[in-house]
Amino acid sequence: MDVLGNYKSAISARSTDKDILKKAQDGGIITTLFAYALEEGIIDGAIVAGPGNEPWKPEPMVVTTKAELLAAAGTRYTISPNVSLIKEATRSYGLDRVGIVGTPCQIQAIRKAQLYPIGMRDVDDKIALALGIFCMENLSYQALEAMVEDHCNQKMESVVKMDIGKGKFTVYTERGAVSQMPLKLIHKYVQPGCNVCLDYVANLADISSGSVGSPDGWSTVFARSTKGNAVWDGAIAAGCFETKPIDQVKPGLDLVTKLATEKITKNQKNVDARKTIGLKADGTPKGLRNPYESP
Amino acid sequence: MAEKITIGELHLSGCTGCLVTLADTYEGLFKLLDDYADLVYALTLVDVRHVPEMDVCLVEGSCCLDDKISVEELKEARAKSKVLVAYGGCAAYGNITRFCRGGQWNQPGQEAFVPISEVVDVDLYIPSCPPCPQEVRNVAVMAYLLLRGNDEQKKLATAYLTPLMQLAQRGNEACGCDLMYDVINQGLCMGCGTCAGTCPVRAVTMEYGKPNVNRDLCIKCGACYAQCPRSWFNFDVMNNYEGIMDAIKGAMQ
Repeated sequence: MDVLGNYKSAISARSTDKDILKKAQDGGIITTLFAYALEEGIIDGAIVAGPGNEPWKPEPMVVTTKAELLAAAGTRYTISPNVSLIKEATRSYGLDRVGIVGTPCQIQAIRKAQLYPIGMRDVDDKIALALGIFCMENLSYQALEAMVEDHCNQKMESVVKMDIGKGKFTVYTERGAVSQMPLKLIHKYVQPGCNVCLDYVANLADISSGSVGSPDGWSTVFARSTKGNAVWDGAIAAGCFETKPIDQVKPGLDLVTKLATEKITKNQKNVDARKTIGLKADGTPKGLRNPYESP
Repeated sequence: MAEKITIGELHLSGCTGCLVTLADTYEGLFKLLDDYADLVYALTLVDVRHVPEMDVCLVEGSCCLDDKISVEELKEARAKSKVLVAYGGCAAYGNITRFCRGGQWNQPGQEAFVPISEVVDVDLYIPSCPPCPQEVRNVAVMAYLLLRGNDEQKKLATAYLTPLMQLAQRGNEACGCDLMYDVINQGLCMGCGTCAGTCPVRAVTMEYGKPNVNRDLCIKCGACYAQCPRSWFNFDVMNNYEGIMDAIKGAMQ
């Protein structure tokens, strides 16, 4: 498979909803798609990264209204274990059609839960819309705190927006300060599990989206599955998005492909290096567990 | 339509939750029995007293070593089946019977319970307590394709079933601790929350993006580790998730 996975269409897009754009990280794609899907009855609710009990700490949350969606909009650069709610959403919340947003690894987890529903009773046919977000790597909450408070010298609670782009991690505070740190300094904070990840653009999502490839304030969108494609076409027809052909925007798909290739090449090397990390008594290499080969 | 395969359920030291799960696919069970499989042996559901020859034997429950009949029936099931499945947490890992120390009513003398792989070779595991009806359905459809399908279907079924067979090779000890030993300690956890969502007894919570296991609650069913996308992730199957899910759905209509 290509590093960008299978997709039916790729496009640059931005929400037409002003309320969403005010809160969104980039083009407001995920929030707008869920709002549209809720409105149309495509989903009964969505599992999103809602506000948690500490500043910038997300908490997985089932939302059923646009107001709740808006409260969850925007990117938090730390882990929100959204998959932890998929069985709960169909049971305690009684949802028959669940929307979920996730990083590429979380979308992988959802597809595994559907194909091998070992402890996921009555979930497989209730995942109505799985939206993926591009992801290079993720950070623990404590790592994010170290970046914001130690490196950028800002208090977590005073930050109003965080962003990654153009080689920098940037925080914007409520009083108008802007602090930055170079992205290359965050590598030591990346959670180890990300170093074996072989997916950048959520290849297994119904629709995946991220800022890379599109101009500021816009997002790149891949409509992937049959279902995802139908939802995307419906949302466009309903006027939810302004769009531009992806081959007419800068930097375009070339940058997405470049970053995906870099990530996957680097991490495939990590996966391979794990096979020979140690030493057996007979002098041959001893390896760690490889999830892509066997449990 | 090719000839049906034969499936049986051998009931050892389990709570019958696994057997109930077979029926929990509702009309799916009728479709399976109409087109793909004959149920040739099962407590209550089939009026056959002695373990017959069968293609697939689902074994529910751990094996009580203090009960000669259990040991004999398990060996007989192994000898008479092509594919022997540890069906559910007890058969695969001992599950709740791992905590038995004897003295319980109404068989106080029975205290030694082992996962069935201590007694016989096991081909495939379906972990969790209870197992999930949709997983049983998927395995039944794949077993049918493996035994009766064309070359392409056999290839798909083999690819699908391989990780479940590898689980059987991996061993018969399971615990929420696996999330520590085999995922986090191995540098593989990325905090998706699947384990917490899977755990049937809510022993796993996510704390700052990583699983935290309440070991007093854990029943050792093996669900969290088997469901974890970093226990295994077979791209050859997963990349075709749409096609496979459509195929299973089609087979069940």
